[in-house]
Amino acid sequence: MSPFVSFQRVSARLGQKDILHGLHFDIQAGEAVALLGRSGSGKTTALKMVNGLLLPSSGTVVIEGTPTTEWDLIRLRRRTGYVIQEAGLFPHFTVAANVGLVPRLEGWTREAIDTRVRELLTQLGLPPAQFAGRYPRELSGGQRQRVGVARALAADPPLLLMDEPFGALDPVTRVEIQRQFLELRRRLNKTVLLVTHDVREALLLATRIGVLHNGRLVFLGERAEFLNAQDQEVRAFHTCLDDTTMGIAG
Amino acid sequence: MTSSLAGDIVDLTLEHLYLVLVSMAIASAIAIPAGILLTRRRFLQRWVLGFANVMQTVPSLALFGFLIPLPFLGGIGKTTAIVALVLYALLPILRNTLTGILNVDPSVRQSALAMGMTGRQLLVEVELPLATRTILAGLRIATVTTIGTATIAAAIGGGGLGVFIFRGLASVDTTLLLAGAVPAALMALAADQGLEWVEHKLSPV
Repeated sequence: MSPFVSFQRVSARLGQKDILHGLHFDIQAGEAVALLGRSGSGKTTALKMVNGLLLPSSGTVVIEGTPTTEWDLIRLRRRTGYVIQEAGLFPHFTVAANVGLVPRLEGWTREAIDTRVRELLTQLGLPPAQFAGRYPRELSGGQRQRVGVARALAADPPLLLMDEPFGALDPVTRVEIQRQFLELRRRLNKTVLLVTHDVREALLLATRIGVLHNGRLVFLGERAEFLNAQDQEVRAFHTCLDDTTMGIAG
Repeated sequence: MTSSLAGDIVDLTLEHLYLVLVSMAIASAIAIPAGILLTRRRFLQRWVLGFANVMQTVPSLALFGFLIPLPFLGGIGKTTAIVALVLYALLPILRNTLTGILNVDPSVRQSALAMGMTGRQLLVEVELPLATRTILAGLRIATVTTIGTATIAAAIGGGGLGVFIFRGLASVDTTLLLAGAVPAALMALAADQGLEWVEHKLSPV
């Protein structure tokens, strides 16, 4: 089976600065891949290459067999869910209008949109009767993030892109939403590409973990391989785990 | 106050209002689309804003004077007055349209594109609604300024409440000065309050 997403020697250059160097890896349908990296490692740039918000300066990103340069980008984006930190909700749209956005752009009927919005809000633990008519400013950070996830799932896209989706939340809420998302992902069987600097998030949500360092993919493998990897940058992320555990032990 | 003075006040106030409304309509029709265009063509910003800035710095009486010898746009009368008023009103509307759109949260713009909105949908459904308040504030500033500046239109035969003011100045007649100044001031206050109310009403967030 051909991969769902394929990075083929992808480099990115913004102005004079090289952001990505020869990124080369595949994501199979149904996989959840986390790109782990420090700030400035190029992980967000890599993510934006998938829905054509950025195009490679060399190499190709292939989605479902077609390079992003040949996709109708509007089509590609409408079938790719996108969740970002702070959700990026439209402040002048109600929760229902935010969640129903892509279905509306896609010309669904009012009833179909309505049903879908209710279904998603319920799934994410936001009772529609209480939340559908609210504006983003009337929600807590965790609720906004849930709405962000609901919006990304609205038109049932096969692929989800997530950029530090839970980074701005308090630790307790973060873990709650992460678990909820995990359960949702298992049920819906979406392909997911997640970028994060949180090694615990990567371990919790991803089936495979890639580590980006200065625009290069220095490691890609499953969780167990990640935990045993000897690469210096991967070990730097191991320390984050060790330190926390040691803190608890001490 | 004689009844003929009262009648004149009404006539000239209406004429003044006409000058302001026509000028504002034309200025908005130019400056709002131009402001939108500038958000798409950043390299033009310096030039266009520069032009609008320079227009604002020309003393108003002089600008009216400069326009008189110009063909088509100039001469004596209302057209010239309206051209000058439009030139003055451009900057605040243009600048606020530009600022209003550029100040839309980048994460909101980003997610609009990522959801697969077209450029037009982004503008109409996201950027313009979120910029409404700033754009209306620009219109309000421009309207209030135009009401004041329009009094000078009388100097080149444009009519309006300035007719009283210039006549009052020439004959050192306080009554005439007040007959021009008070309605103009009231009109400016009313416009300020009215448009502020609209700003609050239409503001989406």
